Amino acid sequence: MTPITDSWATRLPVGAKMLTLIALSITTVALHGVRSAAALLGFVLVLAVSTRVPARTLLRTLRGIVLFAVVVAALQWWWIGPARALESLLDLTTLALLGVLLTATTPVGDMLEAFVRWAGPMRRFGVDPERVGLVISMAVEAIPGTITLARETRDAARTRGLERSPRALLTPFVIRVVARAHEKGAALQARGIGD
Amino acid sequence: MAEVVLEAAEVRAPDDRVILHPISLRLTEHRIGIIGPNGSGKSTLARLVNGLVTPSSGRVLVDGVDVARNGAAVRRRVGFCFTDPSAQVVMPTCIEDVELSLRKRIKDRVRRREAASQILARYGLADRADVSVHALSGGQRQLLALAGVLATDPDLLVADEPTTLLDLRNTRLVADTLFGLEQQLILLTHDLDLVRRCDRVLLVEDGRIAFDGPAEVAVARYEATV
Repeated sequence: MTPITDSWATRLPVGAKMLTLIALSITTVALHGVRSAAALLGFVLVLAVSTRVPARTLLRTLRGIVLFAVVVAALQWWWIGPARALESLLDLTTLALLGVLLTATTPVGDMLEAFVRWAGPMRRFGVDPERVGLVISMAVEAIPGTITLARETRDAARTRGLERSPRALLTPFVIRVVARAHEKGAALQARGIGD
Repeated sequence: MAEVVLEAAEVRAPDDRVILHPISLRLTEHRIGIIGPNGSGKSTLARLVNGLVTPSSGRVLVDGVDVARNGAAVRRRVGFCFTDPSAQVVMPTCIEDVELSLRKRIKDRVRRREAASQILARYGLADRADVSVHALSGGQRQLLALAGVLATDPDLLVADEPTTLLDLRNTRLVADTLFGLEQQLILLTHDLDLVRRCDRVLLVEDGRIAFDGPAEVAVARYEATV
């Protein structure tokens, strides 16, 4: 999980940050040309520095997306030309950075509250905003647990020399994930959440 | 203190196999222990008390409220602690998980966070508030699960083998926390030392109550069957 860095951006309301993110993302995609792409990336980098999000956090999250962006850029170079390739590389990096900045300056709880608030108008269509928020945070929480389950199942298969058998890997993993979901359901019910 | 009454409560599996034969009980003691072999029906019995399992026939009442009819109302009064805290903790960080329990009772965010901090502090988790629940040790995670349940301020706590996954130190820590509670406690456990601390002990075997009485006698009976 990304630790939260305290700065002016942390204290900004989630809605404002979200709108900025959306506005900057649209601008990034709408504006064509290497020069504007570079300018936007520059602007977002300045933003990143001012929010004091550690470079390590930025780099770690960027690593994956930049790899992807490089592949896309290589293909575009081939199909369209170097200018377009460079532009999309810069654009994708900008978008990824914006995403990291939002998550690194916003506690999950605040994000959750915002989603719950925004889901409020959906109430008339039978949507329970509290439940929307709960589902989102449970999804966030489920990721590390699921990775642990995957690792345990893989180790168990390995111990028995079955690491090459997809069945020995997948079957117990899927069963355990579903069982875990059932347990969580019982736990929620026991805590009177969602009654 | 709550009063739990089972009136010929019976539980059958969907294929009509009997999991729990009709049981009639009245539980009012402060600390009630439930022991018995794996698969004897202990967990089913415990889950009857908060409506996670409803009887196929007969009734279960908590302070006069029918669990099958009004499960939600019963669950507000009966907390439940599971063996594996990972299954019970649902939010990303410790404080958020406690806040989740408080959401219904305290609407104001700032006050809710304060209350959650105080609860964490009570269970020795003050410095873990913003830590991912996955970064906790097994013992801390069980304490967090307990904190989450007790934050709803139940009258009765049912704990299903809460120390089975813990080391000796954490077992003692969790046990002392449980036995330090004002709330009524129904404790399922394989730890006979813990059972000995209960006021009344039920021994469950093959879906029946094989013994119901003082802890020492129950433990002796249980040991004799092994």
